[in-house]
Amino acid sequence: MTASQMPLLSAQDLARTYSIRRGMAGRVTNVRAVDGVTLTIARGETLGLVGESGCGKSTTARLVLGIERPDEGQVRFDGAPMPGSGSPGWAALRKRMQLVFQDPLSALDRRLPVGLQIREPLEIHRMGTPAEQNARVAEVMEEVGLQPHHADRHPHALSGGQRQRAVIARALVTQPDLLVCDEPISALDVSIQAQVMNLLVELQERLGMGMLFVSHDLRAVRQISHRVAVMYLGRIVEEGAPDEILHAPAHPYSQALVSAIPHPGKTARRIVLQGDPPNPADRPPGCAFHPRCPVTAMRCRTETPLLKPRPSDGRRVACHVAQGEVAPGHVGQLELS
Amino acid sequence: MLHYLGTRLLRATVSVVMVVTFVFIVLRMSGDPAVVIMGADAPPEAVDAFRTAWGLDQPIWVQYLSFFKAIFSGDLGQSMRDGRDAVAVVLERVPSTLALTVPAFLLNVGIGIPAGVYAALHRNTAIDRFVMVMAVTGFAMPSFILAMLLVLVFSVNLGWLPSAGQDSWLNAILPIVTMGFGGAALLARFTRSAMLEVLGQSYIRTASAKGLSWSAVVWRHALQNAAIPTVTIIGFMLGGLVAGAVVVESVFSWPGVGRLLVVSVSNRDLAVVQAIVLMIALTMVAANFVVDILYGLLDPKMQSQTRPARA
Amino acid sequence: MADIPSSELGAGQTLAVRAQALLAQFGKLPVLMLIAVTWLGFMLAVAILADLITPYPYTQMDLHNRLSSPVFMGGDWAHPLGTDELGRDVLSRLIASIRMSLLIAFGATIIGAVIGVTLGFVAAHFRGFIEQIVLALVDFSAAIPFLVLALAVLAFFGNSIVLFVCLLGLHAWERYARIARGLAISGNAQGYSAAVHQLGASPLRLYGRHILPNIASTLIVSMTLAFPEIILLESGLSFLGLGVQPPNTSLGNMVGFGREYLSSAPWIMLAPAFVITITALCISLVGDGLRDKLDPTLT
Repeated sequence: MTASQMPLLSAQDLARTYSIRRGMAGRVTNVRAVDGVTLTIARGETLGLVGESGCGKSTTARLVLGIERPDEGQVRFDGAPMPGSGSPGWAALRKRMQLVFQDPLSALDRRLPVGLQIREPLEIHRMGTPAEQNARVAEVMEEVGLQPHHADRHPHALSGGQRQRAVIARALVTQPDLLVCDEPISALDVSIQAQVMNLLVELQERLGMGMLFVSHDLRAVRQISHRVAVMYLGRIVEEGAPDEILHAPAHPYSQALVSAIPHPGKTARRIVLQGDPPNPADRPPGCAFHPRCPVTAMRCRTETPLLKPRPSDGRRVACHVAQGEVAPGHVGQLELS
Repeated sequence: MLHYLGTRLLRATVSVVMVVTFVFIVLRMSGDPAVVIMGADAPPEAVDAFRTAWGLDQPIWVQYLSFFKAIFSGDLGQSMRDGRDAVAVVLERVPSTLALTVPAFLLNVGIGIPAGVYAALHRNTAIDRFVMVMAVTGFAMPSFILAMLLVLVFSVNLGWLPSAGQDSWLNAILPIVTMGFGGAALLARFTRSAMLEVLGQSYIRTASAKGLSWSAVVWRHALQNAAIPTVTIIGFMLGGLVAGAVVVESVFSWPGVGRLLVVSVSNRDLAVVQAIVLMIALTMVAANFVVDILYGLLDPKMQSQTRPARA
Repeated sequence: MADIPSSELGAGQTLAVRAQALLAQFGKLPVLMLIAVTWLGFMLAVAILADLITPYPYTQMDLHNRLSSPVFMGGDWAHPLGTDELGRDVLSRLIASIRMSLLIAFGATIIGAVIGVTLGFVAAHFRGFIEQIVLALVDFSAAIPFLVLALAVLAFFGNSIVLFVCLLGLHAWERYARIARGLAISGNAQGYSAAVHQLGASPLRLYGRHILPNIASTLIVSMTLAFPEIILLESGLSFLGLGVQPPNTSLGNMVGFGREYLSSAPWIMLAPAFVITITALCISLVGDGLRDKLDPTLT
């Protein structure tokens, strides 16, 4: 594998377990938030990571950035293993990998004008003279569509969309190779979401950085991603091109997600999931999805399916049924409403 | 409750260890303890004897441990001035100090709490304003200034009361008034705000809306709830009382522990200083422990925590 | 001008706006606060201009004019506040004392705040064992009367101005430590702190540039509340003869020496006693006002 073929980011079998204690003397429960996630992002490529809240996608984002250390597995950035969080090597890497947060208001320091905050990464990493830093701040603000006079504003004096633009500007000011967006639009007004999505798409195309886009919104993921991975209870259950997943989802969970997207004109044909919502503290044996799956077979209750290419069309999916290994179980439960 | 008691006891113990460690470190940092305690012009044989007696030729941690042992056996060296046991020198002054601090404390509580409650119940009246002015003055006017103003008025100008010494009970009046006023002012201010806060709570409004008479509301609900924060401030006040005794005894030449401390500091009679600091510190830790327990008894939150433990 | 994205320019503008707002606020202050602020400004001016306005050097003796009365007690204008037992001008000594006392109180307040905030941040940053040590120290300081600890240290180490200021600085450090720790922990739980950490910032930048400014108003209020306490503590120790030593003079030191002449020359003691009381009163008034304005949750 030559340098140009080497992925920008590769994560192998990441696992992260949290210990939760209930009450003072309560017993400790281990929650496996991320359970064997493998992913790669090439230079200039956007990977969309989609799933319900609590499925471990935000934890995956933090592991990928090295903010948390995985209990198992390894993250490699540009071929080198990720240094420990807070170490000098890790801190130096921050200028090459950046994060866009869900809630821009809490991600910004409300005491400082946003111009200073956008400039801060340049100061931290000692990039350029003060004059060059000023010029770079002006440049990046223009790129994200902020007016020059916004630099003097405090975060609360900006609109929600402008704040998120400021957060994006701060993330981009060091010209990172990888941008991780953790639910970047879910805290914004619906009217602004589209603007910010368009901005991100445009910036990714223009600047050519790698991107990990984490969201619960399959449509947003589809709009921005080159590749989509669907997560359920700490594992990736399906991975493929956005249009393939949206038009022909292979995993029953992906099918449910896709059917949940409202389509104008399309007669409603929603798959309603059975059973309890997923609880990472109480992970079912076998395929984690089997209690809610409309096509559960016997094997699904005991044997965890692996993520591998499907023989028929090469789609990567972790499902015994989709792989054709077993016949679909009680189809009767698939409710079409 | 047991758990609560346990943590408080642990904290008190840690405080005691820290006090002793503090004194040990200060003693160590100020030079050779033998010379410091015995005085620079003590004969060398005596210094050597002291070294052996206190184990100063031993490694530092052994000395640290034997320092604890010495403290708890009450052996804190001899006063430089008359060669008597430092602890005995201090103990014989304790009754004099108590003769001032106990009445002063009663005055604090007896005036401060009723004044604060009254002011809170009659908010924005002339009496409330008066109480607040006195309370603020009591904070801003240090006790030595108040003491000297009292001396100026009652001893120098009017000639009613003696200004110094311990000849009769009349001598105690000015010191007690001085110490009583400052603490009462602090307590009045604090009780007032605690009461006002409680009176603003919805359960008080509910209680009076239910048709309970106002005095019943005040007695049954407000006072009990305002007592909780007030008890905690009393712990701080004891510290203020001790510090006040140091100053006030000096002004009135009252032969108590406080004056002994100031005189010993001036004379660098370090064995006595050490004994006094340790005694005051241990007293304070004990007092705070008692206040913590009182707090636990008063606070219903603590009591509800005890129920499952007993069951 | 609008198209220059200069943040310096912006900072200047906001500063001007803030100064204007401050002036506007000043006009709205209640009378009592106005008097307090004016008195404090006056004290500050006296302390700064001490050398220019003092009628005599504060140590200059005039043995022919010992214990002469102040103007309002029948004295003459040569010594408006009278003279002391060595014929030194009380007004000049008062001016020198105000400067000394304010200097000590400023120094000690700043030392206390720096120590307290640093330890509070250390506790909040490391948590765990280190935090427990800091908290135990806080408990310890809060439990023992500071005057007694100060006396012990003075007894063992002797006296110098520097040691004295540092010692007074230890007063109230535990309050800042408690506040700084609590606020830093809640600050750390907020997004901006995680965001700045994720930018690769060092803890020094995180605490100095972001958390400190975010908690500054609370800290300033508690410094204002601790300041009069330090003035009182300084004057108390100096009064006992264990603080500022002659030939230096401070307010408490003046009261202490005036005590001997309480019956024959009460003015020696009354002038500094008045200044101590009024200054402490005014600062605590201003502190209370600031607290109500900036941080009503603080007690």
